[in-house]
Amino acid sequence: MAEHLLEARDLAKSYGPVRALRSADLVVDPGEVHALLGANGAGKSTLVKLLTGVIRPDSGTVVVAGKPVRVRSPAEAARIGLAPVFQDPALVPDLTVEQNLRLTGTDRGAVRRELRALDLDVDFSEQAGDVPLPMLRMIDLARALAREPRLLLLDEITAALPSDLAERVFTVMRDSRERGRSVLFITHRLKEVIATCDRATILRDGGAVATIEPEEGGEERIVEYMLGPEAAQAAAEALEQDADRAAPVRARAAGERPALEVEGLTVGRLQDVSFSLRPGEILGVAALEGQGQDDLFDVLSGEQTPSGGEIRAGGRPLKARHPYDAIRAGLVLVPADRLHALLPQRSVRENIAAPRYNRVPRWGAINMREEGRRVRGAIDALQIDIRAARQVRRLSGGNQQKVTIARWLAGGFTTMLCFDPTRGIDVGTKRQVYALLRRLAEDGAAILFFSSELAELPLVCDRVLTLYGGRITAELPGPAADEASLLRAMHGLVEGDEEAA
Amino acid sequence: MSATTAEGTAGLSRRGTAARLARRHGWTVGVYVLLFLLVLYWRTQTNLPWGPFDVQSLAIDALPLAFAACGQAIVILSGGIDLSVGSMMSLVNVVAAKYMVHMSLEEALLFSVALVACTALAGAVTGLVIVVTRVADIIVTLAMLFVLAGAALAVLEVPGGGVPVQYQSLVTIDTVGTKWLPAAILILLGSYAVLWLTMRRTRPGLALYAIGSNRPAAYLAGVNVSATRVLAYAFSGAFAALGGLALTAASGLGDPNSGTIYTLNSVAAVVLGGVSLLGGVGGLLGPIAAAFVLTLVKSLMILRGVDQNYAQVIQGTLIVLVVMLGGLAIRQKAKGG
Repeated sequence: MAEHLLEARDLAKSYGPVRALRSADLVVDPGEVHALLGANGAGKSTLVKLLTGVIRPDSGTVVVAGKPVRVRSPAEAARIGLAPVFQDPALVPDLTVEQNLRLTGTDRGAVRRELRALDLDVDFSEQAGDVPLPMLRMIDLARALAREPRLLLLDEITAALPSDLAERVFTVMRDSRERGRSVLFITHRLKEVIATCDRATILRDGGAVATIEPEEGGEERIVEYMLGPEAAQAAAEALEQDADRAAPVRARAAGERPALEVEGLTVGRLQDVSFSLRPGEILGVAALEGQGQDDLFDVLSGEQTPSGGEIRAGGRPLKARHPYDAIRAGLVLVPADRLHALLPQRSVRENIAAPRYNRVPRWGAINMREEGRRVRGAIDALQIDIRAARQVRRLSGGNQQKVTIARWLAGGFTTMLCFDPTRGIDVGTKRQVYALLRRLAEDGAAILFFSSELAELPLVCDRVLTLYGGRITAELPGPAADEASLLRAMHGLVEGDEEAA
Repeated sequence: MSATTAEGTAGLSRRGTAARLARRHGWTVGVYVLLFLLVLYWRTQTNLPWGPFDVQSLAIDALPLAFAACGQAIVILSGGIDLSVGSMMSLVNVVAAKYMVHMSLEEALLFSVALVACTALAGAVTGLVIVVTRVADIIVTLAMLFVLAGAALAVLEVPGGGVPVQYQSLVTIDTVGTKWLPAAILILLGSYAVLWLTMRRTRPGLALYAIGSNRPAAYLAGVNVSATRVLAYAFSGAFAALGGLALTAASGLGDPNSGTIYTLNSVAAVVLGGVSLLGGVGGLLGPIAAAFVLTLVKSLMILRGVDQNYAQVIQGTLIVLVVMLGGLAIRQKAKGG
């Protein structure tokens, strides 16, 4: 066999007490599309950052095309032929696209060619901050491609791309393979891996546990590697158990007074939306990008005031002018972007306790013992990994999301608004989040759950609403909400009788 | 996985070129309109015939602040702040006045160039301290403020010294035939042209904007963030020297406290000139105009005989009002568009 394009051995990196990477090996061959998989906190992002010079390893070696290299900065990585596309596009918002390309010394003609090949039309004189995020990712990708890299590193690029753009990324990956260039592809979507990747390296707890050739129907095996054999089984069982328990909950829910009623709500894109949500019920929301789901969650969480219609929380009309009002009425938000909810520089304890400060007496000291008890309770309930508890920003994405949920557990609420809470979270943590939401519902919480991943809706929800063009197009019972029927309703294609609702 | 039709990409809209231009340069135009209105008001306040001398004196008065504002703007655009500007100006002022007294014009000019080079170096050292020690820029430059102010007092304890007469006339006398275009304005335009080319047409210039706009993104794009920050402070040092020299030429005297007011006034001019204190947004034309506005407001109040103490209150209120109104206008536009 020809020599490897990239050979990383025993890479290790620690942040204080947290060992992000213990000893990771990765071998990528020329012309190979190689997947890098692992649960949150397994070290995928750390490995990519090490390879591209964003951070420096504590130990280990990297060999590129037979030559040992020490990559000290992203600029140096580019010279060696390693071109990364990160989750957050590396375009500077206040410069135009054109200036951004000049900044990195990229050939503008080549970028234009790559964009044409991707079938995209971009105005280079536009400020990068004005370009929508999915498009920015594509420009970033085109910029990386324009440098004709030997290895393209894609860090969860498809996570927030609409499927037509994601499809073009897969085309790029296949093209690269044909031209003898390699791709390192990081994703949480196992289907994508099976469809496009030649090999996959799986990381667990900061070390590489296996390199396999993904095959049709091999998802469970990959999950097992990612979680470790025991954990995988436990997670699967927990989910099954919860599914069994869900039925009686639904029956009980039907009798009670709604926790949240929305009538004729009109705001932004939303037009005349009505639904009700009972305690103990998980109501799913499915929609394509920009069909009004953002407005719905903004209004319910008090960030925006409605222009028409009524919201009743626990039977009382709610006129929220501020998130504070919504929280007082028991409506709490778990956003997709954890950093919108957390105080990244503060400790886990403070983050979980923060919403409680709303109820602390204005004068006098905070009861620290009471606070500590509640915070510990929430941490235990959610199994948060608190090794790096002094600063929330050091936690992995999944653990951060658990903290955002834990805050409300400690604070108390009646209705939880979850807006795509599993975005960018690994399979194992996702399952924990599903189980957790189920348990909350069982304890009487009402949950409104929007997800961009359709497959999770039937797993979690009792009912699913679909939004299209700001209106509710269908209401499906949870188990019946398979991807096909959801997709049809999300595109506004519903059979005649349901349109009346 | 979310599914999207062709609409998904078609929805990635763009705005008109005119709207974009208005949004990007609206503030700068506004500052120039404000300046124009103030000049008109200024004319109605004097009964004396209005002549080239008035333009000259305004230009000379405003020149030090305009230079200070340019240097400060570059640092703020790069996402930092430089509180040592004023002390640096004082130091340059006293050093120039002390040693230029007996020099010929040529020697004095050479000495000026050397001074600018030295302060650029001093600024670079400040930047280096910030980058290497990772101490916050506001703290390091605040320390530099005290160090340089002390040094200025050590050089010249009481006002004194002087400069060659021809050196003073560099800014005072018209050099291009018409009396309406003072040399001070030409010097300023020249330095602006050089700056514009560096800031907008070279990679280090773009890097200055980039690190102020989004530092992690700039780093990931391969920008040398540390070197660029050092460069910003070097610029600031050089422009503080130009400001100090302009001060010297205008007054013909060295005064160890002459620069003190320019530290915060330069920040005020930068903010009034439409540069975001968060970095990355704005240009240099705005701050230059703002320097003239601030100078004009001050001399207007002297003209009207407003008490010195109240004059400061009024000036501060004015800055807050203008910046606030500008902010409101932008928000309104964002809502409407």
